[in-house]
Amino acid sequence: MSNKINPIVVAPEELHDKLAALKAEGYDFLECLTGCDWGEEGLGVVYSLTKSSTTFEMTHVKCVAADKENPTLPTVCDLWDIANIYEREVYDFYGIIFLGHPDMRRLFLREDWVGFPMRKNDCPEEKNAEIPTTNEDISDTRHKYTLNAEGQLVCEDSPVFAEDAYVVNIGPQHPSTHGVLHLRTAIEGERVKQIDPHLGYIHRGIEKLSENMTYPQTLALTDRMDYLGAMQTRHALCMCIEQAMGIEVSPRVQVIRTIMDELQRIDSHILFFSCLCQDLGATTAFLYGFRDREEVLKIFEKTTGGRLIINYNMIGGVAHDLHPDFVKDVKHFINETMPRGLKEYHSIFTGNVIFRNRAIGVGPLSKEQVISYGCTGGTGRAAGWHCDLRKHRPYAAYDQVKFNEITFESGDSMDRYMVRLKEIEESCEIIRQLIDNIPEGPIQEKLKPIVKVPEGCYYSAVEGSRGILGVYLESKGDKSPYRLHYRSTGLPLVAALDEACRDYMIADLITIGGTMDYIIPDIDR
Amino acid sequence: MAVRKSAPVINNIPYEEFNDNETLEKLIDELNAGGVNAAVAPLDKLIDWGRSNSLWPLTFATSCCGIEFMAVAAARYDMARFGFEITRNSPRQGDVLLVNGTITSKMAPVVKRLYDQMCDPKYVVAVGGCAISGGPFTKSYHVVKGVDKILPVDVYCPGCPPRPESFLYAMMQLQRKVRVENFFGTTNRKQKDPYKETIGFGSAEYAELLNQQEQA
Ligand code: SF4
Repeated sequence: MSNKINPIVVAPEELHDKLAALKAEGYDFLECLTGCDWGEEGLGVVYSLTKSSTTFEMTHVKCVAADKENPTLPTVCDLWDIANIYEREVYDFYGIIFLGHPDMRRLFLREDWVGFPMRKNDCPEEKNAEIPTTNEDISDTRHKYTLNAEGQLVCEDSPVFAEDAYVVNIGPQHPSTHGVLHLRTAIEGERVKQIDPHLGYIHRGIEKLSENMTYPQTLALTDRMDYLGAMQTRHALCMCIEQAMGIEVSPRVQVIRTIMDELQRIDSHILFFSCLCQDLGATTAFLYGFRDREEVLKIFEKTTGGRLIINYNMIGGVAHDLHPDFVKDVKHFINETMPRGLKEYHSIFTGNVIFRNRAIGVGPLSKEQVISYGCTGGTGRAAGWHCDLRKHRPYAAYDQVKFNEITFESGDSMDRYMVRLKEIEESCEIIRQLIDNIPEGPIQEKLKPIVKVPEGCYYSAVEGSRGILGVYLESKGDKSPYRLHYRSTGLPLVAALDEACRDYMIADLITIGGTMDYIIPDIDR
Repeated sequence: MAVRKSAPVINNIPYEEFNDNETLEKLIDELNAGGVNAAVAPLDKLIDWGRSNSLWPLTFATSCCGIEFMAVAAARYDMARFGFEITRNSPRQGDVLLVNGTITSKMAPVVKRLYDQMCDPKYVVAVGGCAISGGPFTKSYHVVKGVDKILPVDVYCPGCPPRPESFLYAMMQLQRKVRVENFFGTTNRKQKDPYKETIGFGSAEYAELLNQQEQA
């Protein structure tokens, strides 16, 4: 199976119509939007569209801006809500201006940052050598660029918040934002009117770093991105490189990877539960969750040597063979620890009156909204969108197992919470089917000493702990990638926060944010 | 993958010395025993003992190391055993700033500000490769190559992420440091009095300011 993609090339003038036509055809989910600097050819964008109905077919559209110095492209914000934030990301990294976009501000970098770091000829290090010591002035103006009759750029400014809005800063250092997220929140009394997420406090430039690394080296950074989906992120990149090179991994590796992914998912969902409880003031439940999570970490540690950052998947296989105790430990975990743990979680927290009042009917997202915002994973499934890639685009050993795709209807905080707890059960079920018959075979395919991916564009995705995790890889046939882009699972969730929280209490923001379950380093990359 | 012929040489503290905590303990005892004022010494000792056993960390985590920190705080590793009782969410209440995770250029002023908001005596521990030197991201354009570029650091705790045990070890080293701070001072000394420099120490204006403050 090859994951090579051949994007349809479209001229900028026709871009909007083409994408609108594709959307009408059923490609109504903008899975990924990748900016790229093609050197001589110019700067441009690759749009990856997916049919959000059960087939999950994909198509890719490429568009290159005509001008190399001041590139412009038409916006597609009106077709997908998520395009708003994706296009801001591309603007931030490549300086491509999207005409008609209502809010062309930088997304990750400071507003006084010089240059556009992802351009191939930009040297961000030199231009921004000083560590800033002053607090950032966060501007309150949006810029909207359009072309006038003579073809010149005109900028139209508008305020981010209404004139009399009362704005509260939540973050970047706040215990309940799960990291360094900064939410500028306009409130009226206790009610949230608007949220302007301010990102980039943990933007580490992983994509740019990867461009100067060899393929095995790029793997190391994946674990540090979404550290609660370390196995899955690394799996995604390994899978992408393997399929691009035409390497078949052995059935043993496939099964091991599947089991590890599911263990990681359980780990992540337990942490989700613990942190949510902690945020809502239930410290005992936090300790219960962490007690069970340690069991997963022990299993990881025995086989891989790592607890949190695991470095287990490798191109063409896995790093170590399973520990002799692995099967026994995993069985004990899924048959005893987890059922007991879940029972406790339900009795201590799920039925709690305070929690139920704070969660039921709070912050709902409709199915249309989650598709338009691209909120996959538990958040999407809570709203009734069947978006589990393990079912719809099976990879590794997921086609050999039977499990239910958990979906709910209303998409409120309670549903988002229940989806995750129920998914723990399903993950145990998947592991139960595989653990007794892990096939024999090599754990590592023979590779050439230097890994080189043939020229072309590739896209692979896995179902991460909190949604679809895609890897877009462009290679020029060298030993390092020309462009490596990760579809972040958390960025759409933060983008949807504004919509989900509107008109709810400011205290509900914590519940909604907690149940969305985002990881900030994965958003900022 | 290329295999390097000779192992890299790291100039570092000899391993034995690194682990030698007894000498340190002895040094503390000796210092305490000899040469200090008989009346003040027991009091100082009491203060340092109390201080070192109730270091409350400020909840500050930017990335992966923060999750390990949560594990240290949870039941299995239980850092409350050592007196790092609870984490505080406000810098006003925290004694020690644990820098868990990568510090980016954008985050740097925020960290600095948090540090400035903390009350004396305060301590800083750099946890994990990222906080020490930028870790896996040193080559990145947006990462501060070590938090010691912006803050004075008391203890460095290497690892990516450090294991909970080494984390606790780092905290215990900090305790040791606190116990001898009478003799050696701290890395994070009292901040300079901003008025001293602008107005001039000892001037009439300065005395008046002090007076005003006392009355208020
Ligand atoms: S040192 Fe490693 S684990 Fe810690 S924040 Fe940095 S990358 Fe993450």
